[in-house]
Amino acid sequence: MSTRAKYESGLDKFNRVSNTTNVVFHIIFILLALVCLVPVIVVLSISFSSEDSIRNTGYHLIPTALSGESYHFIAQQGRMISRALGVSVLVTVVGTVLGILLTTSMGYVISRPNYKLKGLLTWIVFIPMVFNGGLVSSYYINSNLLGLKDTVWALILPLAVSSFNVIICKTFFRSTIPDGLIESAEIDGAAQLRIFFSIILPISLPLIATIGLFLCFSYWNDWFQSMLYINDQNLYSLQALLNSLMSNVDAMAKNASTMGISYATLVATMPKESARMAVAIIIVVPVAAAYPFFQKYFISGLTVGAVKG
Amino acid sequence: MDSKSERKRLRTRWRTQDTELSLLALPTTIWYVLFCFLPMFGLIIAFKDFKIYGGFLSNVIHSDWSGFKNFEFLFKSNDAWVVIRNTLGYNFIFILLGILVPVTLALMVGQLHSRKAGKVYQTMMFLPYFLSWVVVSAVIWAFLSFDKGIANQFLADLGHDPINWYMEEKYWPYFLVFMNLWKGLGYGMVVYLATITGIDNTYYEAAVIDGASKWQQTKFITLPLMKMVIVMMFILSVGRIFYTDFGLFFQVPRDSNSLFNVTTTVDVLVYKQLKTATVGMASASAFVQSVLGCVTILIANWVVRKVDPDSAMM
Repeated sequence: MSTRAKYESGLDKFNRVSNTTNVVFHIIFILLALVCLVPVIVVLSISFSSEDSIRNTGYHLIPTALSGESYHFIAQQGRMISRALGVSVLVTVVGTVLGILLTTSMGYVISRPNYKLKGLLTWIVFIPMVFNGGLVSSYYINSNLLGLKDTVWALILPLAVSSFNVIICKTFFRSTIPDGLIESAEIDGAAQLRIFFSIILPISLPLIATIGLFLCFSYWNDWFQSMLYINDQNLYSLQALLNSLMSNVDAMAKNASTMGISYATLVATMPKESARMAVAIIIVVPVAAAYPFFQKYFISGLTVGAVKG
Repeated sequence: MDSKSERKRLRTRWRTQDTELSLLALPTTIWYVLFCFLPMFGLIIAFKDFKIYGGFLSNVIHSDWSGFKNFEFLFKSNDAWVVIRNTLGYNFIFILLGILVPVTLALMVGQLHSRKAGKVYQTMMFLPYFLSWVVVSAVIWAFLSFDKGIANQFLADLGHDPINWYMEEKYWPYFLVFMNLWKGLGYGMVVYLATITGIDNTYYEAAVIDGASKWQQTKFITLPLMKMVIVMMFILSVGRIFYTDFGLFFQVPRDSNSLFNVTTTVDVLVYKQLKTATVGMASASAFVQSVLGCVTILIANWVVRKVDPDSAMM
């Protein structure tokens, strides 16, 4: 045992790339990692720069004059921002829960080999993967026929299910849940709804975590649905707010009157440039803090995804 | 053994179990009908002289048929060709680099002496994947803005004139290719690294005993064993060749009109036509995209089935 371990580590050592190559690789990866991190650092440093310094000398990698005025402003009068944060959190939570329920239930149903409508439902899930109605007709159906325009449901419903996730669920249920378990529950007289909610879901936590995380990130990061369906500024999510701040520097100031703050005070006091980046930070920080912890779930999810197109 | 007739009986008779399962699937089925199948019928708009007034259904019913007029207009405009060239051109480069770079980096990260460092680099390089395009667009603005941007300050320090980045077409193909690579790098590395770590170690032990160098091991063991996944990823991305990442082409260039020729892809065109209320043309573009997309996906799937039957969708 120990000799084998020693042999293997010896082989490992012997088979390593040379020290020079190792150092070169490290340098390359450090540079690449920096390229991926710098954007967030830039946003962070701009959000902490004083408005005057940005106006005079522009954006900087390292702030020339530190200031917390943008955050101070947000904490004091950012009613719009707290509202947008509320919308983002609501959409993410409701969307993720709804998405998990809709996705796993369908995945479970089409994973049951004896179910009569299995073929039909599998086609219903499968066809949209290949063919879709396109943006234009989806837009008109959602906004005119279903009346989702300017409702929070426009942000939640269209993203709730993806056929890809349903198929991941189906594969998971098929391969990890023994038929005997379901059969014995059936013999005990449990209805399918009960089996699904009190037996299947509790033992499928890894699956729920994977799907839930995918949904969570896509809801939190979504801006496209807002751009299409939301005109009412009270329903702006953080992404939509940042989007409108980016395209229109004065968006926040313009809306000041509707937010109950006097227009003049706001224009005079608002740190526009740094406030933008502060909103970006409010968006990025939860994501950047969360994803390293869930990376292993993502990795297993992505790997399943890559193998099972 | 009458299991055959038993199975047949099970197959033909509707049981309470089937009712319960149907009930369980009902909400999702309704979702599919509303959000996937209704829009498919909405494609009719492409063949109608659609006007926006009143309710949607009455519009669809009362609008006059226009046959292929919308398509004629679409293909007579110069936009159509620019847009198709952009979509296919960018996708071609994205597919090529999207395989080459992550595979190379995955091979490299596996060779680092310290596994822990490799994990740290990987985590850092995964970050852009989780940023939304709106945030990315804000970051790019910090670099490229004309009067305050970091890039122009840098140019000024070197004694050059500032460049109005959002007006200059020639730089954007490079920016867009770079941004696409930057955002997808972490994802790609994970996929390929998962394959590399799945390779049986004894291959390498045997190779070492035969005196194979690191380069020879990569060339004769790792790459051939990765071929399957690489081919799969290639075919999957070919299947999506008429679709592009809307955020990359719309948010990052900030919808700048002077960049139209180099940043407009099918998705962006459809959105712009939709918003400027040229609904007929927009739905014609979307229709062309859907149909071509469907065809390429089916072809890609057919090829996958030839290469590796288990990985095919159908």
